[in-house]
Amino acid sequence: MELLIRNGFVYDPLNGINGEKMDIAIKDGKIVESVNERKARKIDASSMIVMPGGVDIHTHIAGAEVNSGRLLRPEDHVKDFECKTTVTRSGVGYSIPSTFTTGYRYARMGYTTIMNPSMPPLEAKHTHEELSDTPMVDKASYPLLGDWWFVLEYLREGNIEECARHVAWIMNSTKGYAIKIVNPGGLEAWGFGHNVRSLDDQVPYFCVTPREIIRGLCKVNKLLNLPHTVHVHTNNLGKPGNYLTALETMRSVEDLAIDNKPAIHITHCQFSAFKGDDWRTVDSGAEAIANYVNAHSHVTLDMGQVIFTNTTTMTADGPFQYTLYELSGNKWVNHDVETETSSGIVPFHYRRKSYVHAIQWSIGLELALLIKDSWKIFMTTDHPNGGPFTSYPKIIAWLISRKAREATLRRINPRARSKSLLTSIDRELSFYEIAIMTRAGQAKALGLKNKGHLGIGADADVAIYDVNPKKTDASRKYKSVRRAFKRAAYTIKDGKIVVKNDEVLKHVEGATIWLNVQSSEHVKITDDMKRRFREYWTVEYENYPVAENYLKISNPITVKASV
Amino acid sequence: MISLYPSREFRYPVIAECINPEIFQNKTCEEIATLEIWEGNKQKKLGELFKIVKENMTETSCITIHGNVSKVRRIGAEMKTGEITVYGDVGMHLGEEMKGGKITVHGNASAWAGSMMKNGIIEIHGNASDYLGAPYRGSQKGMRGGKIIVHGNVGNDAGAYMHDGIIKVYGCAKQFTGLRMHGGTIHVQKDCEGRTGACMKNGKIIVCGFLESVLPTFSIEGMKEKVKIEETEVAEGPFYLFLGDLTENGNGKLYVSKMKNSHLSHYEKLL
Repeated sequence: MELLIRNGFVYDPLNGINGEKMDIAIKDGKIVESVNERKARKIDASSMIVMPGGVDIHTHIAGAEVNSGRLLRPEDHVKDFECKTTVTRSGVGYSIPSTFTTGYRYARMGYTTIMNPSMPPLEAKHTHEELSDTPMVDKASYPLLGDWWFVLEYLREGNIEECARHVAWIMNSTKGYAIKIVNPGGLEAWGFGHNVRSLDDQVPYFCVTPREIIRGLCKVNKLLNLPHTVHVHTNNLGKPGNYLTALETMRSVEDLAIDNKPAIHITHCQFSAFKGDDWRTVDSGAEAIANYVNAHSHVTLDMGQVIFTNTTTMTADGPFQYTLYELSGNKWVNHDVETETSSGIVPFHYRRKSYVHAIQWSIGLELALLIKDSWKIFMTTDHPNGGPFTSYPKIIAWLISRKAREATLRRINPRARSKSLLTSIDRELSFYEIAIMTRAGQAKALGLKNKGHLGIGADADVAIYDVNPKKTDASRKYKSVRRAFKRAAYTIKDGKIVVKNDEVLKHVEGATIWLNVQSSEHVKITDDMKRRFREYWTVEYENYPVAENYLKISNPITVKASV
Repeated sequence: MISLYPSREFRYPVIAECINPEIFQNKTCEEIATLEIWEGNKQKKLGELFKIVKENMTETSCITIHGNVSKVRRIGAEMKTGEITVYGDVGMHLGEEMKGGKITVHGNASAWAGSMMKNGIIEIHGNASDYLGAPYRGSQKGMRGGKIIVHGNVGNDAGAYMHDGIIKVYGCAKQFTGLRMHGGTIHVQKDCEGRTGACMKNGKIIVCGFLESVLPTFSIEGMKEKVKIEETEVAEGPFYLFLGDLTENGNGKLYVSKMKNSHLSHYEKLL
């Protein structure tokens, strides 16, 4: 099918196009130079914004953890449900919507590629089952490797190359996309009832430090030539004073970066940017982090913005979730995933009038505004930890308009307001920068060559928003911008119009992207390894890998490793 | 006054949040008959399931239901004013999230009567089932105010997660009365089955009848001659006063009648 999007204001930062009026031609699911104007279906996008389909680098949408969250929170479902239509299936859930609804809601905001960031390798089959049931978007998942026993042992021995082959094996057998590290060492220590407090604390039994884990996996990442960097959730997350740990984590891999390329991605950075000694004195560490990131090029971040709403927090960081349970007294889940990782879930309500929550809200925006280069910081809420992904339009409004920020500032805790740096920040992002933070930058950081841009040969994933950048003063009319980004005028996935005016027109399946890492030598699958699988895992080695036919639509990316 | 007569015995659950004085107000019988309602998985009109009669023209904010509506759920949900009277048994979620007005049931009520209510009065002349005044599954926002009076017995988990308001039970209560209660008052005039006040943090439970055992996580605080229930009402004792639940560092008050509970007299040694 041929499609021609006419006269839209195109924002395509990867190709340097900043709001030029031009046509986009689509044929057979790809962007092409031109199409037959008489035959092609035409979309009149004059006075509308045309952007590549949105890319979300970090959103918990599938897997055992998310599903436990759904089980834990029936009250989250009763308040938000969608009836079935002739096209879509019904679904429930506000902060943790069911899989189909997740896909539809992303598509209705113009997103077409999303990354599920925490997949315990043991739960890979479950995760892929849910991802296969998430329609409308392409997706991928990051296996959690920071506390995986074999990795810790290889790193203790300093055997990086063998570790790399092992990671290549895991990547292929779990159909993963990037190396995710959560509270390195801390999760293993949590198995013993402890946590690690700094980058140089030793992990019990394994005698490695978080620093060695991060550096080791960073080297592995480079040996395997993986498209994304290591994706790190720092130690001490959610504790006052942890911005120092975040800085130390970034510094620890400074020497591993080459050619000014990113070597580490610090995810949901807001939760790692607290200054202060305790909860009473907690303050924003965003400035220190922004200064560091402005001066270095080996780091990318995502915001992890907090929204004032009732949401569900879920991470693989078991000790942090336990702390959160103690703080909130809410119901909770904590789980030890055998030899691999841990996890926890706690429902949480971020309140405007709470000093700490208001500071958290401020930190996220400060990070996004103080970091000058938008290619280094991406927009996320760490769905559903900071708030559901459906709040992205709100964040866009806050970033694009000082007036929108002030409107919220007026309503937050007065002490937090007086401490917030936002009152002194005048910066207002342009649509071009928003396009970087919500699609182009994320696609670039993920190394997705065909996503996040509208150049010839790119996947025809396009989002069209009904707002005229020439006529609308985004700074003053932030509400209309918010409305436009909430309800995409059109979402085009693989060359098909799937959403028109916030209504899903077509149910399409998205592909699961995974890395087929080809190392010159395969990892040695010894009898000892199989024995340990038999002894320590509930799943035997033979049943462990996820076969490719397990994925509904498989889209492997072949990577040639250097080992 | 508008009277509703069920036109037949319902086989499937009927979801009828439209039976609400505010929605009925200023509508003719014909308009009321077109209100939407679900029976099982089929959407129907109210007029298909009920015969609607307008009786007293002056009293417009009153609804009377005659007959067995034990399959009809969510009657009077979120109502703010007016009055509903039911002559017969009534289904689940009666007066859910009610904010005002009055519901009277001359019959039995099913589970979740007065669930999450904020204000208003529910009076049940028969028995009430489980989860009286309790929140939706998983939610921690229980009853926030208002008054529930049950002249018969109540089931398990009455007043779970209650934050404010009053529940008066003239009969007996089953287990877990006042589970995870944060405030408010529950007054049971007869017996309680056990585990009363489990995990309560605050609030007041008064048991005037027999209570098999007090949870071990409650500590005896003293004896009280009488306990104030409402502005005008006092329960005459003497009562044992227990504080708990200590597993939650709670400070809830559990009053248990001394006369009916001689097996608790060993607590007196601890005073």
